[in-house]
Amino acid sequence: MPVAAVLEIDQVSKRYGDVLACDRLTFGVRGGELFGFVGGNGAGKTTTMRIMLGVVAADAGEVRWNGVALDHSARRRFGYLPEERGLYPRMKVLDQLVYLAELHGFGVNEAHRNAENWIARLGLREHRDDEVQKLSLGNQQRVQLAAALVHEPDVLVLDEPFSGLDPIAVDVLAVILRERADTGVPVVFSSHQLELVERLCDRIGIIRDGRMVACGTVEELRAGSGTTLVVHAPAAAPGWADGVEGVSVVERQNGRTRLRLADGADDQPVLAAALATGPVHEFSRHRPSLTELFRDVVGGDS
Amino acid sequence: MTGRDISASRTVWLVARRELNTRLRTKSFLIGTAVSLAVLIGFVLMQSTLFAGESTSRVGLSGQATSIAGRLAAEAESARFSVRTSTVDDLAAGEAMVADGELDVLVSGAPSALRVLVRENLDEDLRKALNTLVQEQVLRAQLAAVEDLDPDQVLATVADATIDVRALGPTDPNHDQRLAVALVIVAMLYMALLLYGTMVAQGVVEEKSSRVVEILLATVRPWQLLLGKVLGLGLVGLTQFAVIGTVGLVLATATDVLTITGAATGTLVWGLVWYLLGYLFYATVFASAGSLVSRQEETQAVLLPVTMVLVLAFVLGFGLLSRAPSGTATTVLSLLPPFAPILMPGRIALDAVAGWQIALAMALTLASVAGLAWLGGRIYAGAALRTGARLKLRDALRP
Repeated sequence: MPVAAVLEIDQVSKRYGDVLACDRLTFGVRGGELFGFVGGNGAGKTTTMRIMLGVVAADAGEVRWNGVALDHSARRRFGYLPEERGLYPRMKVLDQLVYLAELHGFGVNEAHRNAENWIARLGLREHRDDEVQKLSLGNQQRVQLAAALVHEPDVLVLDEPFSGLDPIAVDVLAVILRERADTGVPVVFSSHQLELVERLCDRIGIIRDGRMVACGTVEELRAGSGTTLVVHAPAAAPGWADGVEGVSVVERQNGRTRLRLADGADDQPVLAAALATGPVHEFSRHRPSLTELFRDVVGGDS
Repeated sequence: MTGRDISASRTVWLVARRELNTRLRTKSFLIGTAVSLAVLIGFVLMQSTLFAGESTSRVGLSGQATSIAGRLAAEAESARFSVRTSTVDDLAAGEAMVADGELDVLVSGAPSALRVLVRENLDEDLRKALNTLVQEQVLRAQLAAVEDLDPDQVLATVADATIDVRALGPTDPNHDQRLAVALVIVAMLYMALLLYGTMVAQGVVEEKSSRVVEILLATVRPWQLLLGKVLGLGLVGLTQFAVIGTVGLVLATATDVLTITGAATGTLVWGLVWYLLGYLFYATVFASAGSLVSRQEETQAVLLPVTMVLVLAFVLGFGLLSRAPSGTATTVLSLLPPFAPILMPGRIALDAVAGWQIALAMALTLASVAGLAWLGGRIYAGAALRTGARLKLRDALRP
């Protein structure tokens, strides 16, 4: 896998009135990788993606592809799934996909072949002659995905591609995205389903208030985040672990306490403190999940 | 993975073709065309009864004749017809007003020997009323000279006293037909411009409200999308206009409702030319107005000012063309781009316009089409991706 990023977002800023949606946002996506873009509501994910597609103009900064600032003809090679889904409601599924492929410069035969191919891949065959407005929301979402893929894009930018899909469709899409990435295409997608992002993505960027606060592989994000301890001590009173050095309580629920142990800190004093409160039914060490890391950097209120 | 280039003209054509396919295939297009045809035929058949009779005669009074104003009004009231009098200071100016159709009748001379000037012919009610006034005046003079009053002599003198009517031009036997053709073309242009202008706006709003505009504009440029839409719908409109016009013309000629086939064909051709000019003028305005809103429910409100201009042109067109097709007001309005596409073809149909005026009106309209296309393109590009509340024009123009 090439190490240099092919898609670079460099110092991009965008202000909407008093809100700074992107604040000198900088990150890169490598060819052939799945890049998960996560952040709370209103953190700036959608604005960033719209800027990448040129749908919104940035106030400052630039987006580069293969080292060259993006222009209209380069962006036409992008596949885009906008946050606000949108297709012609009264156009038939097949016609719509053929039209979009043709707008991207495909001849009519090739456009038809691609459209039929994605209709089949996404399980829409029986709906190919239905108007989009007559489909269920989940199926409309599949058509929207087909619209992002039908012109064999060189870059994929997908805003919440998994929302609204059933578990089977989630698996199908996960396979498709990996397939596209394996051909060397950089794939950026945003999601709130952090377990999915953790499982699927090669690298992850966490955005807060328009700034990239953490970016890297899950392992890299974990660096410096210590270890998670789960202690099940039903008789423990709140604050039982307060005196222990290198430990902070993440959450308490039903007598189960989740704690964060700083790197290099000893876990045995925690066990001792727990035993001092009464019986301990569980004491386990985990690597923090993406959800926990996310809460760490975003502030736990998301 | 291949980079695929596509020319701007092919993009515009693809967008236009989608509009053509979506509209021409629909049942509503066929039904709409059929209904318009039916309305048009009904209109042609009814026109003679519609435009005869209901009118106020505008009478200009000059010199001594100004003294009959009060009695003329009284006569008109008792005979139940409508008249509006005005004073004309200069006889020559009055003649010009009659020629231009701003006055129906010019009355001058002494009350006992009124001279009447009309364009073609004098309304019969008005003729009777004026004759009555003259005879009253003569009778009064006879009665004043009481010495040798011979009743027979008096009656003969009074009976001989009639107004002197002069017509400016020979009566055009085809005038009614020309007027009908003119009003039909005015009505057709009004309907076509309103319908297809609204369709452009609705198309723009549909793309905004369904958010499809976001993936379209990630692929095509705003001006390509707008131009394709305007051209596609324009072609649909042109087809419909030509079909309705031709079928209407053939039917009217075949049923002998219309005998001036040559002039009517010319009018239809001019109508098509002015449809194109007017459509280009109004389509950009409709499109930019539509791009300011994001929901279909708001479309009518934002289009209201534009549709009002069209309605005004239509109403003025009907009034002015049937009364004063070459009057000053008609001439000025028919040169102004918002009104020209509806008024000018009507005047051409009535043969009531000079060639330079047609050329000037076309030049002015084309110039404003260019200006509006530039402005409309900017508004559209600024507004197409801003969904949510209705935008102010100023915000759309801000980069």
